[in-house]
Amino acid sequence: MRDVADTSAVDDVDDASDGYDPAAGDGGAADVLVCGVGITPFGRSQATGMQLAVEAVNEALADAGLPWSRVRAAFGGSDAAGNADTLVTRLGLTGVPFVNVRNGCATGGSALVSAVNAIRAGAADVALAVGFDKHPRGAFDPRPADWGLDEAYGSEGLMVTTQFFAMKIQRYMYDHGITPRTLALVAEKAYANGGRNPYAWRREPLDADEILASGMVNDPLTRYMFCSPGQGAVALVLCNREVARGLGGGTAPVALRAAVVRTRRFGSFEVFSPWAPGGTPTSVSTDAARAAFEETGIGPDDIDVCQLQDTESGAEVMHMAECGFCEHGEQERLIASGATAIGGALPVNTDGGCIANGEPIGASGLRQVHEIVQQLRGRAGERQVPGDPRTGFTHVYGAPGVSACTVLTR
Amino acid sequence: MEGALTAVPGRALRGSRCSRCEVAVYPADPACPSCSGPSAPVSLSATGTVWTWTVQRYAPKSPPYAAPEDGFRPFVVGYVELPEGVRILAVLHGVRPEDVRIGMPVTITTGDGVPSARLADPAGVTT
Ligand SMILES: [Zn+2]
Repeated sequence: MRDVADTSAVDDVDDASDGYDPAAGDGGAADVLVCGVGITPFGRSQATGMQLAVEAVNEALADAGLPWSRVRAAFGGSDAAGNADTLVTRLGLTGVPFVNVRNGCATGGSALVSAVNAIRAGAADVALAVGFDKHPRGAFDPRPADWGLDEAYGSEGLMVTTQFFAMKIQRYMYDHGITPRTLALVAEKAYANGGRNPYAWRREPLDADEILASGMVNDPLTRYMFCSPGQGAVALVLCNREVARGLGGGTAPVALRAAVVRTRRFGSFEVFSPWAPGGTPTSVSTDAARAAFEETGIGPDDIDVCQLQDTESGAEVMHMAECGFCEHGEQERLIASGATAIGGALPVNTDGGCIANGEPIGASGLRQVHEIVQQLRGRAGERQVPGDPRTGFTHVYGAPGVSACTVLTR
Repeated sequence: MEGALTAVPGRALRGSRCSRCEVAVYPADPACPSCSGPSAPVSLSATGTVWTWTVQRYAPKSPPYAAPEDGFRPFVVGYVELPEGVRILAVLHGVRPEDVRIGMPVTITTGDGVPSARLADPAGVTT
């Protein structure tokens, strides 16, 4: 993304990028490699979440060229499709320690952090992270009591997640000069990229005018600007450098240089809040992205391809700036100019993101990492970013103010 | 800090404020969410401005939503910023979707339900 402006949100790490040597391979996260990835289709099918998870794990193991018995530590979870550790009955009873993770939208990211730490600590030389889910149509029916709210918030119609997303982008558009057409262009790109992704759910192209005319859900967001609850599974096999050297294979493994999870600080603006503090809201996405970049010593200017949480179009717009890839307000020009398309200066959500893939909560974060790994390996098929990308970034954001980010290089 | 309306029993929003960092919250919380220090109850201002808004265009799922007896109609919801530096989630009554604007002055009260906001009188007198 060399052509895309400066990066105020994380400018304090820019200088560090000068010292980055991708060949060094020493220290910290550079020692954790992604040697195998597996994914299932994200469209609806009869398969259970568990069946999808088994399919993804077996595909990731085959991709790595490792048997299940070589996995020394496993971490995984779903939000609504069961306990990951019971997968051992179908994968094999090898005695592997398998930890369940249930961390909302950060489920995949938290499983990944745990797997990374297992390898960094020397507790495992091969580790698995798996995320899967299957939600019924129109899922996500939050109850006021679960959020510590009076029943009136439910009976008066305020327990609606889409209202929050709409109100956040509504204020952002006012503050930073973003137009509804930019929101439509984000969705148009998502469907275009989904059309190039055989695993995506929504693969029919839609243009900006159709998206704007698709019916207002919560102003300024229309129907086709949102993702839907869905299904899918993703698995990643991680290993240390010694194991990777012994694997051979056609493609060099991708280094997972940082995997970070953060929760919100005071001052953030979150879903189902009866109140919010004044001033400019703080952002857990900024915090997580900054930590991930600091850990790797590379900055947003060095990233060739990225995946940003796009629960709806506005989220992608805001997360471009919150994660440090542009100034607030620059999105209006960047998106219109095609900068975030495949082939642009900063390709965003090259697999179609949540808008084209749906959002199986447990799988979403690992889907992003899967896509970056394939992009860095040059295996992304019709949606391959040109120019031999070497660096990638992923970002998840969810309720109640949690974010997970990764930085990957090859 | 308390305006005339906040003296009306049961109508003003009752929040709390931290004596150390001045952070005001709603509803009242004995501990400050910013510094964890003690907070004291306070009546919040009855007037503020719309900080952000949206329109609920479709009927939310019932339950928990209880539609009016004469049927669902789209309604405006938003955060109202008060002088205490706190933004309150409220239903904006009597405001048509095509008329709502960020910065619009409103009055805010609470009864049995969630906080409720109405357009402030243009002359500045709350209604
Ligand atoms: Zn305080």
